[in-house]
Amino acid sequence: MPETTFLDANELVINMGPQHPATHGVLRVKLKLDGERVIGSECIIGYLHRGVEKIGENRTYAQFAPYTDRMDYVAAVTNGMGYCEAVEKLLGVELPPRAQYTRVILAELQRIASHLLWLGTHALDLGAMTPVFYTFREREEILKIFENYCGARLTTHAFRIGGLQYDLYDGFEKDCQRFCDYCLPKIDEYETLLTTNRIWLKRTKNVGVLSAEDAIAMGVTGPVLRGSGVKWDVRKAQPYEAYDQLEFEVPIGTHGDTYDRYLVRIQEMRQSVGIVRQCVERISTGPIMGKVPKVIKPPVGEVYHSIEGPKGELGYLVVSDGTLNPYRVRIRPPSFINLGALDKMIRGHLVADVVAIIGTIDIVLGEVDR
Amino acid sequence: MAENALQFLEAHPLTFALVRILIIFAVLSGIVAYMVYLERKVLAFMQARLGPMRVGPWGLLQPIADGVKLLLKEDIVPAGADRFVFLLAPAISVMAAFTVFAVIPVADNFLITDVNIGILLILAISSLGIYGIILGGWSSNSHYPLLGALRSSAQLVSYEVAAGIAIVGVLLFSNSLSMVEIVKRQQQMGVWNIFVQPVAFFVYLVASVAETNRAPFDLPEAESELTAGFHTEYSGFRFALYFLAEYTNMVLVSSIGVTLFFGGWLRPFSNVAALDFLKYGPVAGALGAAAFVQWLGRKSPVAGERRFFVGLALLLLAIAMLLVASPLVLNAVQGVFWFFTKVLVFLYAFIWYRGTFPRYRYDQLMNVGWRWMIPLALANLIVTAVVLYFVNPHMPSG
Repeated sequence: MPETTFLDANELVINMGPQHPATHGVLRVKLKLDGERVIGSECIIGYLHRGVEKIGENRTYAQFAPYTDRMDYVAAVTNGMGYCEAVEKLLGVELPPRAQYTRVILAELQRIASHLLWLGTHALDLGAMTPVFYTFREREEILKIFENYCGARLTTHAFRIGGLQYDLYDGFEKDCQRFCDYCLPKIDEYETLLTTNRIWLKRTKNVGVLSAEDAIAMGVTGPVLRGSGVKWDVRKAQPYEAYDQLEFEVPIGTHGDTYDRYLVRIQEMRQSVGIVRQCVERISTGPIMGKVPKVIKPPVGEVYHSIEGPKGELGYLVVSDGTLNPYRVRIRPPSFINLGALDKMIRGHLVADVVAIIGTIDIVLGEVDR
Repeated sequence: MAENALQFLEAHPLTFALVRILIIFAVLSGIVAYMVYLERKVLAFMQARLGPMRVGPWGLLQPIADGVKLLLKEDIVPAGADRFVFLLAPAISVMAAFTVFAVIPVADNFLITDVNIGILLILAISSLGIYGIILGGWSSNSHYPLLGALRSSAQLVSYEVAAGIAIVGVLLFSNSLSMVEIVKRQQQMGVWNIFVQPVAFFVYLVASVAETNRAPFDLPEAESELTAGFHTEYSGFRFALYFLAEYTNMVLVSSIGVTLFFGGWLRPFSNVAALDFLKYGPVAGALGAAAFVQWLGRKSPVAGERRFFVGLALLLLAIAMLLVASPLVLNAVQGVFWFFTKVLVFLYAFIWYRGTFPRYRYDQLMNVGWRWMIPLALANLIVTAVVLYFVNPHMPSG
């Protein structure tokens, strides 16, 4: 630290959020600034705390499933899937193939929807106002499929412990195919708008660099980790559902900057389209529920199960004491843990970059605060 | 009757000038109001939505509704603000923007005045507009406006330098500072200045986007950390004045660009006799507009709107017929038509940028200005001067 003189400006502490257009919900960040440069930060969370984990202890296993939808509310299908699988693991239930493929289709569609929402809002934060309308248009098609399947668009509660809530409607496969054909050229369109845009490059390249070592040390997962060049995807590493029978790539970045994370997510959308296509081809008729007892009362024990959510590794630790309610439900939310890397990423950057970096982590406060 | 009026006006030059000022002022206000409408519509179409549709057929009365709303709103002066300066600042911005139009030649028969230092006057007065911004930001006695104002003025000042140097390149060709002479010289040369000064045009284009605080250089107003920039504390009519000034400035820089680089009121290839049919451009414009309006009318589900659009189409058809029938009228609107067509292309480009580009960061914006635009403009100026000297060493010096 060089000696300070009377000419030095004082450090300035400013408060960003919880009501701020670019903090994606109710995140509050206290920034310590030297001029416009960030020299320190502190995240203050909890404005959306709803005690989801505690609620879990006071509901039966089946009753708790809809609550998980409300954590990462832009990826409700994935949340519900993680919880259902954890309980199924506890019960030792095997799913019929039709249920497995359906789950994969819906989860991948949800991943695309979540990434589309992220892309639109992230671009909007950086001043590009058009992509958000396009991505919402495409997301709408996915929500229509969800709506046709289970009647809900956002908090779907699409699955049931042991299988599916409903059987697929007539024409589901066709709708998915049509969406896949429709979606790919649209992703190319976003890329034309942004990927080689000079201003976009200037705003995202070398902004918020997170090295692979740092990313691993902080437990960061999902596209943020893969953007830093670590090839870790729960779908490949610990396959669940039908993922071990499907072919897909895990895109990774090289520098770990905002631009790489953008590319990774774009590529992931393409991969997801491929996965949906494969599933639609392989899905067969058959039962949609495994052998689950009428009253879910798992044996004493605990299980940790994690899946690859759109934002990273979403884990559920479910502890059973042999009664109707779980003894403890502990959730590992990817947004919360990825948010821990924010301070590392924004140090030394300008205030305008903070907006870009918060956007690139892709947080949902419902999940961070639970 | 009409001749009497003309004689009267020629006998009273001051009245004549006032009439022209009033006409240009009214036309300009109308253009600016509908510029906002156009922006909302065009952006909406780029973004797969409809834009204003509720007020009037196809939302055509939206600018009027907006204007009335802003006029009726409370004019809030924040506690602790420097009241006098706070109230004065928006007026400075608007005044500077409108005054400049005095020397813009819309057509050789439609201009307020032609002074022999026209372009200098433009640069001088439009620089005064910065006072409106910096005083407004300072007198609000609030952090965000002050920071926004500082940024805006820094941005405007630095890009004005680039624009000014780029314009000098054009002046080397025209040998005059008068806006009318600049256009006439382009007619003499037979090419528009854009073809002899493409680099200068590029610099001017970028600088004009930055000077009007438009995307991708719209930091002072839209940067998420600065709320609304210098006019955060303004409401009601005074906010409307800033708004008016911003859009007037857009029309203004477009008009200057058209005059300097695109031959002002000249039609394309004005010296090529074989292309004389281009003088029917206004007719084609009216017919095209009529077809468009007719198409809109057919799409509209409301009977009243359909009738309105059919009426409008018929009116446009009548105008087209009048233009064909009377060469006098056709010649009279020739300059105005081409000028506004070119300005419209410029304005469309402004909207287009906004729909396409992300926003620069503040330091990047300054970098682009000082490290790229100004050196580029300087290099262009030097090369132009040297080339001109060798091509024509005995060029009259003015």
